[in-house]
Amino acid sequence: MSKESRTVGQWLLTFPSLAWLSLFFVIPALLVIITAFRPADLQGGVGPGWTLATLREVQDPVYLPILWRTLWLSGATTLVCLALALPVAFQMARVGQRMRQVLLLLIVIPFLSNFLIRIFAWKSLLHPEGPLTKLLIWLHLIPENAVLLNHVGTVLLVLVYTQLPFAILPLYAAAEKFDFGLLDAARDLGAGPWRAFSKVFVPGVRRGLISSSVMVFVCCLGQYVIPQMVGGTSDEMLGSKIAQRVFSDRNLPHASALAGGLMLAVLVPMLIVVLWQQFGRKESE
Amino acid sequence: MDDFLVIDHVSKIFGAQRAVDDVSLTVAQGEAFSLLGPSGCGKTTLLRMIAGFERPDSGRILVGGQDITALPPELRPVNTVFQNYALFPHLSVWDNIAFGLRMSRRPREEIRSGVDRMLELVRLSEHARKRPAQLSGGQRQRVAIARALVNRPQVLLLDEPLAALDLKLRQHMLMELNAIHEKVGTTFIYVTHDQGEAMSLSDRIAVMNAGKVEQVDSPEHLYETPNTSFVASFIGDANFFTGVALEVLHEGYVRVLVEGLGSPLVLSNGAVTVNEVLRLMVRPEKIILTLARPLSGESVNAFRGVVEDMAYFGSHTRYRIRAGEHRILAQMQRSRFSGGEINPARGAEVWMSFHPDEGRVVRLEGEV
Repeated sequence: MSKESRTVGQWLLTFPSLAWLSLFFVIPALLVIITAFRPADLQGGVGPGWTLATLREVQDPVYLPILWRTLWLSGATTLVCLALALPVAFQMARVGQRMRQVLLLLIVIPFLSNFLIRIFAWKSLLHPEGPLTKLLIWLHLIPENAVLLNHVGTVLLVLVYTQLPFAILPLYAAAEKFDFGLLDAARDLGAGPWRAFSKVFVPGVRRGLISSSVMVFVCCLGQYVIPQMVGGTSDEMLGSKIAQRVFSDRNLPHASALAGGLMLAVLVPMLIVVLWQQFGRKESE
Repeated sequence: MDDFLVIDHVSKIFGAQRAVDDVSLTVAQGEAFSLLGPSGCGKTTLLRMIAGFERPDSGRILVGGQDITALPPELRPVNTVFQNYALFPHLSVWDNIAFGLRMSRRPREEIRSGVDRMLELVRLSEHARKRPAQLSGGQRQRVAIARALVNRPQVLLLDEPLAALDLKLRQHMLMELNAIHEKVGTTFIYVTHDQGEAMSLSDRIAVMNAGKVEQVDSPEHLYETPNTSFVASFIGDANFFTGVALEVLHEGYVRVLVEGLGSPLVLSNGAVTVNEVLRLMVRPEKIILTLARPLSGESVNAFRGVVEDMAYFGSHTRYRIRAGEHRILAQMQRSRFSGGEINPARGAEVWMSFHPDEGRVVRLEGEV
């Protein structure tokens, strides 16, 4: 096959996913960014003409701590999820076929009940009169007057709870393909069980780690329900602000500018990492 | 030291199956030793117990006098070359070989010189920076050997080291393995199902069947004087006959009545009593074919037969000969054919004869 026709074939194969991405991701993202440059009208829509006023508005220093909190909460959630998901994926790939099905089912079952209901469940669990709070007090693990709700740690806990399956599933997919004979080889060469895990298994599921991280991190960035329901007033994430601008203030350009800013805050570092990896790889070859 | 590696009454049971059944073996320091047997005979389980991946249900394993039965794999003075090599795909050839030294936290300088020395030994210095995926099968195998040997193990275990290679490469690696063994002088334990591999690689071979060791001997002895019919048929080809001992002569010679063949004189390793039912074994190439009845001195064991079928292999010709109810396999080199002028054709009447020393009494399977 000639090089040209192969290129054509590749384009044909790529076309459906490319069209899908363009239609439902690139175009909406561009629309959001375009909206940020339009003036707001009083009915909650966008008015005629173009303006840079919104961009100046969102440079308000009030947003900086919120952006920072959004980024570190998402990052911390990602790290905790990976730390919990790695051993789970490892064990799931090692157990028998039947046990594997059972574990997969257990991981997916929470999705059968509504997201909001599950957050409400956490709210009542952690309520000062809730069963979890009472149990912890009875066990003397927390003081009598401890408040578990409305705390940034609570937000982190519930974020981890909701995102954990999204960390486990890609990691499990990678672990399933991992050659566990490599762990025997590592042990044979003098690595203890823990070092065999960290030096051979973890690099072996690197791709799974990357997809899990992206999945969890990106999903966390847009969260606004969780901080609103279980967090305090000072635990807002950027998503809360965007929602507020859309639903309460009915200012679409302002919300768009915030969303665009968040996109930049994530995409720019990611782009740098990808470029750095590409460059680094070329250099080592 | 004659008993460097000692396997002492080791058993391993999986469910209802005795994978390894009360096996005892000793291997000398520096010896090249093979565990040979068909798949499922327990040889791989035995290897995994020496490496530390399986714990024996009973028995002990000692290396250089030290009981290692309870040690985890990382603390044993033993390294393994795995069947599929199990190279770490995310590490370069150099880092794969350095893995063991890094795990034992050796100084940087020692790691560097150790790895470089190993790369030289397996002639892969120019591939040090490549990933395993970029290497050929034979190169990967050499990396696996270097990665194990760099740790200076007291025993090197090799699990089917040549099974994944194609025929030509296999023959080359056979010689390479022998050369490496000679250079490093470490005790090598091969596990293989290929008798040719075992014969050309090892000083001694343990033939295993159904979890037990049938015979431990040098390749020559296994071939020439197999103890059991299993060993005789697993290593090389063999004709088997069943008969009854007629008389027991001096020095282990026995005259046996074989229905349809007369009463050949053969040799026995063990004691035989008159009227005992025996099994005899004769290798195809030990049978001499002649058109005329052999001269009296060579005619102790001579029988008539008809050539049923023949196949020419270049270096030799194989004949299937019918004698009564028996089908006998014989193998002749052309130049040795007496008279030399003609080869027996299909349907020709021939005489088969063999020296009494070439006929052996073997024990039946399951009698061990």
